[in-house]
Amino acid sequence: MSEFSIEFKDLSKLYGQATILNNLNFGIHKNKITTILGFSGAGKTTLMKHILGLTMPTSGDVIVLGTAINKLDELALREFRRNFGMVFQYAALFDFLTSFENVAFPLREFTKMNEEQIKDKVLNLLDSVGISLEAAYRLPSELSGGMRKRVGLARGLALDPHIMLYDEPTSGLDPITTHMVYDLMRDTHYNNVHHGFTSVIISHDIHATLKYSDYIVFMEKGQVVEHLDVESFKKSANPVIRRFLEL
Amino acid sequence: MRDMVEKRIENLGNSVLDLLNGLGDFTNFAIRTMFWTFRPPYRFKLLFEQIYFIGNKSVFIIFLTSSFTGAVFAYQIYVGMKVINADSFIGPLVTIALAKELAPVPSGLVVAGRCGAGMAAQIGTMKVTEQIDALEVMGINSYQYLAVPRILGATLSLPLLSAIFLMIGYGGSWVIGTQVLQIDDITFTSKVSDFMELGMVAEGIIKATVFGYLIGVIGTYQGFRVTGGAEGVGKGTNMAVVWGMITVLVVDFFLTSFLTKIL
Repeated sequence: MSEFSIEFKDLSKLYGQATILNNLNFGIHKNKITTILGFSGAGKTTLMKHILGLTMPTSGDVIVLGTAINKLDELALREFRRNFGMVFQYAALFDFLTSFENVAFPLREFTKMNEEQIKDKVLNLLDSVGISLEAAYRLPSELSGGMRKRVGLARGLALDPHIMLYDEPTSGLDPITTHMVYDLMRDTHYNNVHHGFTSVIISHDIHATLKYSDYIVFMEKGQVVEHLDVESFKKSANPVIRRFLEL
Repeated sequence: MRDMVEKRIENLGNSVLDLLNGLGDFTNFAIRTMFWTFRPPYRFKLLFEQIYFIGNKSVFIIFLTSSFTGAVFAYQIYVGMKVINADSFIGPLVTIALAKELAPVPSGLVVAGRCGAGMAAQIGTMKVTEQIDALEVMGINSYQYLAVPRILGATLSLPLLSAIFLMIGYGGSWVIGTQVLQIDDITFTSKVSDFMELGMVAEGIIKATVFGYLIGVIGTYQGFRVTGGAEGVGKGTNMAVVWGMITVLVVDFFLTSFLTKIL
């Protein structure tokens, strides 16, 4: 068994003449929290889209849970995506559904659970991320930014995914809410790790990354500059990383 | 001078290429949505919601448009027909015009304006707020979930709206013809049944069905190609209305030429 949940093999992505990802070869450790760090335009979001199979590589492979997802056909890929949960930058909750309905959505689409079972599971998930019963029946437009992220996390967890992806999960949040969201992400990770759970975070936030991650992948101009555990990362002599750490 | 001519030719070439690219993209979208229409899962609840939104919610505006269209057309025809002493033919003339043209085309324009805009705005907003990405990440085909129910809803609703338009429009012309212009009721109605044929009604229904499909595809396509933020949504909504209406009018011409020969 591989020690990695996700592996990139000779992965390159070109848009026209521009190289967005340049021959990446690394793996994301199973059951760990890995943060992909880097300045804007480093290729972080493109890398995440490759993990999800939303973008296909120009060359190379993306191996997720032992499957080369760039070689799956469309239907198999859609089926495979149920291994993922994702929290979007601005939560991306369906604005025509309440918090409850948002979390129930994947359960209604993909499971044969009856309404009573769905209700139990949704209320448990919402409770686990700190959403009250009253807030469960509000529309996303009636929730604060932090609450929306929490509902997004509950929705991402609904189908018991093996890999949880977070795209800039604390964008636009105040420092206190940022740490609450990170605490919640860490708790979620360790509550689920027993059944195989890998967390991948895309972030700019160096301080939160150092506090909450197990591994850090630092990207610049489509290449991996460093891929280290947090303690080694802090001691890295790489000038780009030193500059980032001193921000 | 030569530079200017070259520049104009280059601009013209680029415009043609853009148009062809857009057409190719639109055709690709239409084929993909058609493909996903016939694949499970079939989401009937979403389809009924769209039929309610496109059909039921348009009934009032169709009622207003059709009653006045029938009434005004009866008046206008009366002025001309009176000169040649053929005012008793107002009934069949108005009804035939309604069945073949005046019901499906205005119904199409109303739906293009009201629902085409709504489709583009809803889907466009979902696109710029990453809700469509969220669907895709869950493994749900966004074309199948968002576009197919709207396209089918428009395709099924517009013929019904057109039929309502025909009936209410006929009612409007009847009120003006018999109550205001004093044409005998029996003459008015019997002439309608003498001259109307099933093929005329079928022509209108076929046209409305085609318009419904095209309005649905255009509205959802414009929603899916929205980029940027609120400005992009506004632009997409505007394009959905403009192209929806132009398409109804242009396709009506070709359908009339074709259907007149076969029906």
